[in-house]
Amino acid sequence: MEYLGILFDQIYKILFLLVPVLVSVAMVVWLDRRVWAFVQKRQGPNVVGPFGLLQTIADALKYIFKEIIIPSSSNKVIFILAPIVTMTLALIAWAVIPFSATQVLADINVGILYLFAVSSLGVYGIIMGGWASNSKYPFLGAIRSAAQMVSYEVSIGVIIINVLLCVGSLNLNDIVIAQQNLWFVIPLFPMFVIFFISALAETNRPPFDLPEAEAELVAGYQTEYSGMMYAMFWLGEYANILLMCAMGAILFLGGWLSPLEIYPFTLVPGPIWLVLKILLLFLLFALVKAIVPRYRYDQLMKLGWKVFLPLSLIWVVLTASYLFYFNLLPVN
Amino acid sequence: MIAHSIFFYTFSIIAIVSAIMVTASKNTVHSVFFLILDFISISCLFIMIGAEFLGMIMLIVYVGAVAVLFLFVVMMLNVAQQKNQWFSSEASSKHIPVGLIISTLIFVELIIVVGGWKYKPDLFDINNSLELAKVSNTHSLGQVLYTDYIHVFQISGMILLVAMIGAIVLTFRKRVGVKTQSYIKQISRERSDGVSVLNVESNKGVKIDD
Repeated sequence: MEYLGILFDQIYKILFLLVPVLVSVAMVVWLDRRVWAFVQKRQGPNVVGPFGLLQTIADALKYIFKEIIIPSSSNKVIFILAPIVTMTLALIAWAVIPFSATQVLADINVGILYLFAVSSLGVYGIIMGGWASNSKYPFLGAIRSAAQMVSYEVSIGVIIINVLLCVGSLNLNDIVIAQQNLWFVIPLFPMFVIFFISALAETNRPPFDLPEAEAELVAGYQTEYSGMMYAMFWLGEYANILLMCAMGAILFLGGWLSPLEIYPFTLVPGPIWLVLKILLLFLLFALVKAIVPRYRYDQLMKLGWKVFLPLSLIWVVLTASYLFYFNLLPVN
Repeated sequence: MIAHSIFFYTFSIIAIVSAIMVTASKNTVHSVFFLILDFISISCLFIMIGAEFLGMIMLIVYVGAVAVLFLFVVMMLNVAQQKNQWFSSEASSKHIPVGLIISTLIFVELIIVVGGWKYKPDLFDINNSLELAKVSNTHSLGQVLYTDYIHVFQISGMILLVAMIGAIVLTFRKRVGVKTQSYIKQISRERSDGVSVLNVESNKGVKIDD
C-alpha cells in the first residue's frame, strides 16, 4: 500500500509537469508560425480560436484521424518505434528541469549530465526512422542528421564544461543558484552565442535543417511518415526545441531567478521567470528560422569542427586559468 | 528493498536478453539496436548501485556517440551479407574457432577476477584513502583521477590521440581538381582583380587566358 501511495503521488506530479509541457508545445508551434509569418508580412494562422491559438490542436486532430500508412518494404517494428522514441526522449528530459528551488521532479546530482545524455540520444529517433523507411531520401536525411548532431554535441559538451567550472556542481539547482549575483551570459557571452547556434544545429532547425531540406530530400527522415506518426515527429521536434531553450535558460540566463532581486520583480514566482526566459530564447529560434538562409553541408561541418570546437576549447582553458589564478574555483 | 530488487531484476534480464539477441539476430542493424538497449540497461544498473556518474557517462559516450558510429558503419557497408557468408560458406568458417578461443579467454579472466574478488579480498589493493560516503560520486572520481592516477590518465589520453591521428593519416588523401572554398580568398577579392575592360577589335574576339 505504501508503494502504491508513492506511485500515485509521482504519477500525479508527472502529469502536472507533462500536460503543461504538451500544451505549451502546441502554443509554441503556433508562435513559431506567427513569427515566421510576421517577418514575411503575412498573417499566419489566425482563424481557429482567438488569434488562431487553437490552430495546432486542430492540426493534431486532423493528424489523429488520418490513416497511418506503413510502407510494405519498411522494417515495421523500427518504423513504428522511431516516432515513439523521439517523443519519449523529448519528454523524459523535463524530469530534471528545476522550476524553482523546490519544484523539480527529480533533483539528481548529475542533472546536467542527464540532460546532455538525453539530448544525445535524440539522434536515434531520426536514424531509426530514416533507416526503417527503406527509401533513399529518408536514409540520406538520417545520415546527415546523425553526423550533424554528433558534431554539434561535442561543442555543447565543452560549453557545459565551461559553465560547470564556474559552478562546481552538476546539479541543475546549484547551477541556477550560482548565478545569483551574475548570470553566466555576461562573463561567458561568447559561449552563450555558440551554445545557441549549436542548439539550432542539434534540433535540426533552420539554418541547419539539412536533414529535412525540402529542396533536395523531400522531407528527409519523415518522408514516409503519415498521420499521427508524422505528428509525433513534429511535436517531438518542438518539445526538443523547448528543452534546448530551457537548457540555455538554466545554464546562462539564471533559470528561475528574477533578473533583479528588488521589490516588483520578487513578486513574480520563479516558474514564471523560467517560462519567460524559455519564451525569449524560443522567439530568437523563430526569428532565426525566418531571416537566415540554409547552410551548405560542408560549411555546416566546417563550422562545427573547425570553428566552434577550437573556440570553446580555448575558452575552457581561459576560464579555468582565470578561476585558478584569481583563486575563484568553487570548492565545497 | 522490494522495489529495488524488482528494478534490478528487470534491468538485468533486459541486459542479458538483449546481449544474447546481439549475437542471435539475423539482421545486423537489429543487433546494433539490441547492443544499444544493452548499454542503456547496463547504465541503469550502474545508477542503481549508486555510480550515477559512470551510468550517465556510459549513456553519453557509448550510446550517444560510439553506437551511432556503429550504426553508420553497419548501415553503409553491407555487413549483413558478409555475416551470412561467414556462417554459411565453407571457406570462411575459420573465424569461428578464433572467436571461441577469445571468448573462452575473456570468460576465464572474468572467473579469475570475480572469484578472486569474492574469496581473496587481500589480493586487491583498493585505495580507501577517500571517505567515499561524504563526497558525491563525481567529486571523488575527480579527486582520484587527477591526483593518484594522473599518469595513467595522461597516457590513455595520448593513446587516444595517437589513434585519432592514425585514423586521419590512413583516410587522408589529397584530391586533385576539387574546388574548395576559401573564405579569405573570397573576402579579399577586389573588383580590380576580377574585372578588366578590354578594347576588342571587331570580328577578332578575345583570349581570356593570357
